[in-house]
This record gives sequence, C-alpha cells and structure tokens, in this order.
Amino acid sequence: MISTDICIIGAGPVGLFAVFEAGLLKMRCHLVDYLPQVGGQLSEIYPQKPIYDIPGYPEIKAQELVDNLMEQIKPFQPTFTLGERVEHLNKQADGSYIVVTNENTQIHAKVIVIAGGLGVFEPRKPALEKLDHFEGKGVAYMVKNPETFRNKKVVLAGGGDSALDWTIYLANVAERVTLVHRNETFRGAPDSAAKVFDLANNGKIDLILSANLKELGGNGKLSSVTLEGKNKEEIVIDADYLIPLFGLSPKLGPIADWGLSIDKNAIEVDTRDYSTGVERIYAIGDINTYPGKLKLILCGFHEAAIMMHSAFKYVYPDQKLSFKYTTVNGVNAF
Amino acid sequence: MVTFTVEDHDGNRQTVEAPDDMGLSLMEVLKASEYPVLATCGGMALCATCHVEILEGEDALGEATDVELDQLENLPEYFPTSRLACQVRISPLLEGAVIKLRGEDN
Ligand SMILES: Cc1cc2nc3c(=O)[nH]c(=O)nc-3n(C[C@H](O)[C@H](O)[C@H](O)COP(=O)(O)OP(=O)(O)OC[C@H]3O[C@@H](n4cnc5c(N)ncnc54)[C@H](O)[C@@H]3O)c2cc1C
Ligand code: FES
Repeated sequence: MISTDICIIGAGPVGLFAVFEAGLLKMRCHLVDYLPQVGGQLSEIYPQKPIYDIPGYPEIKAQELVDNLMEQIKPFQPTFTLGERVEHLNKQADGSYIVVTNENTQIHAKVIVIAGGLGVFEPRKPALEKLDHFEGKGVAYMVKNPETFRNKKVVLAGGGDSALDWTIYLANVAERVTLVHRNETFRGAPDSAAKVFDLANNGKIDLILSANLKELGGNGKLSSVTLEGKNKEEIVIDADYLIPLFGLSPKLGPIADWGLSIDKNAIEVDTRDYSTGVERIYAIGDINTYPGKLKLILCGFHEAAIMMHSAFKYVYPDQKLSFKYTTVNGVNAF
Repeated sequence: MVTFTVEDHDGNRQTVEAPDDMGLSLMEVLKASEYPVLATCGGMALCATCHVEILEGEDALGEATDVELDQLENLPEYFPTSRLACQVRISPLLEGAVIKLRGEDN
C-alpha cells in the first residue's frame, strides 16, 4: 500500500500547486488522476491555448503552465497514480483514510484533498449493443500499456489525433491494426493523417473510411467487430480488441457518492479553510462551490494555500504552525 | 427577437425567444434558458458538449464551419445537420428553426 501524508485526487493545475503548498509545510503528497497525464483541463482540452490571467505571466500556454508547475513541485517529490479513478474513500479508526482506485490501488493518507475539477474525464462511448458486456473483455477506451496489444488484432475507431497517433504506434506492435473512420478525410494533424494513409498504402494497416461501428461479436470475449460501410454493406473484421477513441467528456463520477454536500455538481465548502464538512477531507479548485466562487486557476491556487495550512494539524498534531514567507527560508526540498 | 423551438433529450418541445442584436450564441441562450448543456469549454469549439441537431431550418443556417466539423467528427454519433450551439449566432436566420439537444449534460 502507498503511504503518504496527503492524497490529492485530481492532478489538474490546482492539485499540482497544492503539492507545493503542502511541501512548504513539510507534508508529502500522492496524486491520483484518471487521465494518463497530469494537467487536468489544461492538458486535456486546451494545451496550446494561451492563458492571460496568471499573475506574473502576461501570456502563457496551458501546457507550459502545467510543465512549470511540475518543475515547481519537483523538490517535494510527489508520487503519482495516473490512469486510475478514485472510487472509494475508506475511513480508518484513527481518522485517516484509505483511498481505493478502480484498479484496487490503495493509498493511505492522513488528509484527502479533492481537486477533481469538473469530475472524471470519461470516454465518449459509441451506441453499440452489448458494449458494456465487452468492456474489459476486448473493448478498451485508453491505451495504458501498448504491450497489451502486442501480436493482437486491434480495431481503432475515430478520426481525431489520438486515433491517428495510436494507429501509427500500434502498427508496429499489433498483429494487425484496422482504423475505422466515418469520413473520407481526417482533420487531425496533417502529418499524422499522411502517415496513416502511407501505412495503409503500404499494406501495414487496414484503413476503412466512410464506415461506422455497428455490432460486436464474441463469446465472453470480443472476437469480431461488424461495420456498416458507405453503401450500407456489412463488413466483419476479426478482432481481439476494439478501441473507440471519440474524445473525453467530464462527469462528476464517484465523487458524487462520497457523502459530501453537493450543489450542482460541485462540493460545498467552508471558505475559512475549504474543508468539506467531513473531517480531513478538503475540496479545492473547480470542484468546490461557495458564495462568489469563480472557476479560475488563480482562485484554486489561493484555496490550495489556505487549505494546506488547515490540514497541517492532522499531519503534525503536536506542532504549532506559524506562517512564513518563502523568501524567509526558501524552498527546502525533501 | 427571434423565436425557435427546442427539443430536449426526452423529446419535449418548447418555444424559446431570444434577442438577435446582442451577439449571443445559441449555447448561451440554451444555458440561460436552463437547458442542461455542459459547455465545458465555454464556447471555444473545443469540447463538443454543446452539440445540437437542427431539425428544421438548417438550410437557412448554412454549413457548419471547419472548426465545428473538427469537433463534431470526433463524436461517436453525429448527423448531417449537427452543429455546435456555441458556434451558432442568434440571428433572424434562426426564426422558426427546430433545435434538438444532442450534447452531454452532467
Ligand atoms: C477551454 C478552457 C479555457 C479556460 N481558460 C482559463 C483561463 O484563461 N484562466 C483560468 O484561470 N481558467 C481557465 N479555464 C478554467 C481552468 O481550466 C480551470 O479552472 C482549472 O482547470 C481547474 O483546475 P482543477 O485542478 O481544479 O481541475 P481540472 O483541471 O478539471 O483537473 C481535475 C482532474 O481531476 C481528475 N479527477 C476527477 N475526479 C477524479 C477521480 N474520482 N479519480 C481520479 N481523478 C479524478 C480529472 O481527471 C482531472 O484531470 C479554462 C477552461 C477551459 C475548458
Ligand atoms: S461549448 Fe464547447 S464546443 Fe461549444
């Protein structure tokens, strides 16, 4: 089991900055995020967009801000569990918590910080009969470990950058890759689209355009994917895996079931310290709500600083905290 | 003012009136009318959660732009008359249109 002072649920900008504020107070953090990368909305939705309201940066690209945050928290050696969704918070007799993910990773922490933003970014699913039946038995929405697909027959569906990128990558790993796209052309990065057409022309992959997913076949495990082609004809492909890549959309997800007070998909908090009303559980950033709340990165940063000062008492019950500027002691790495 | 009809996820239809001289987008009007539209990206054509289908009146509105198609094509399901509500301006062209919500709520 992973053991830490503070478990932060959500590795968006606010969760990341919270590591810095915790580190200044000598508290260690472990972060969990369902996305395979850190950065939350910034990295997932708008990595290349400039942000103009970060103090000290007249303009900074979203991904650059995330990279800078990662650099800033490096001295405090945070640890990460990525690609896993926190499902449960189990309270222990001494008041601490064990956080449990969908893959049964367990993290023991004295304090829980929910920095879950808009919730979990869930994959958009095609409307196919028996889809849920094959989830985990051939249908996957994420490529977490490409080795899973070595020497397998893989069907990818979608026309965006991730469909193109994974097609190119898996072409060298899988036994056979088929990419299905409902249009004739790709709007993803022109470079990647050109590579995919090249791979298809050289017989390295199968590219089926103007086709839609129609049906899944298999007994207990996926064995075929049926498509509907341009002229409504059926195309059946042998498949060990189907990876639909139609983008992600945020859903509040498991957070809704943790017994916290929720108003319009956000957790109500006390603005004195951004606590949730359940002892040792705090909520900061886009996921919280209070009178006057603004969903801005800046506001989440402020909340992180204040909540960490409040959390100190649970991590160091015998010590009294006095406030110091970073200019006094500098940043003392662990 | 323009008047159009909105069909929600359950198929209920309601008439909506909106000012056509304030530069509002259809997404903003739908949200202001308390329709469950996520609009995660706030109207930047980045999230496609404001997906609508123009059931009647699509000819007047013309074709979706390239930016819209970029997003729409990535959805598991889209239709020849699909649009992103945040990219549709409220204008007299919407008069009498019928709009079906397709995007995600929470
Ligand atoms: C297009 C766009 C432009 C924006 N522009 C600006 C701007 O210019 N200035 C500004 O200040 N703000 C802007 N914002 C808002 C800003 O992005 C958010 O305020 C900020 O991302 C909130 O950070 P966060 O860390 O609270 O949450 P998020 O960035 O949403 O990160 C939350 C993370 O938590 C994870 N998570 C949730 N639940 C779980 C769970 N159960 N288990 C595991 N992981 C979980 C999610 O996967 C996600 O990665 C913009 C937003 C968008 C969409
Ligand atoms: S609001 Fe995000 S695409 Fe329209």
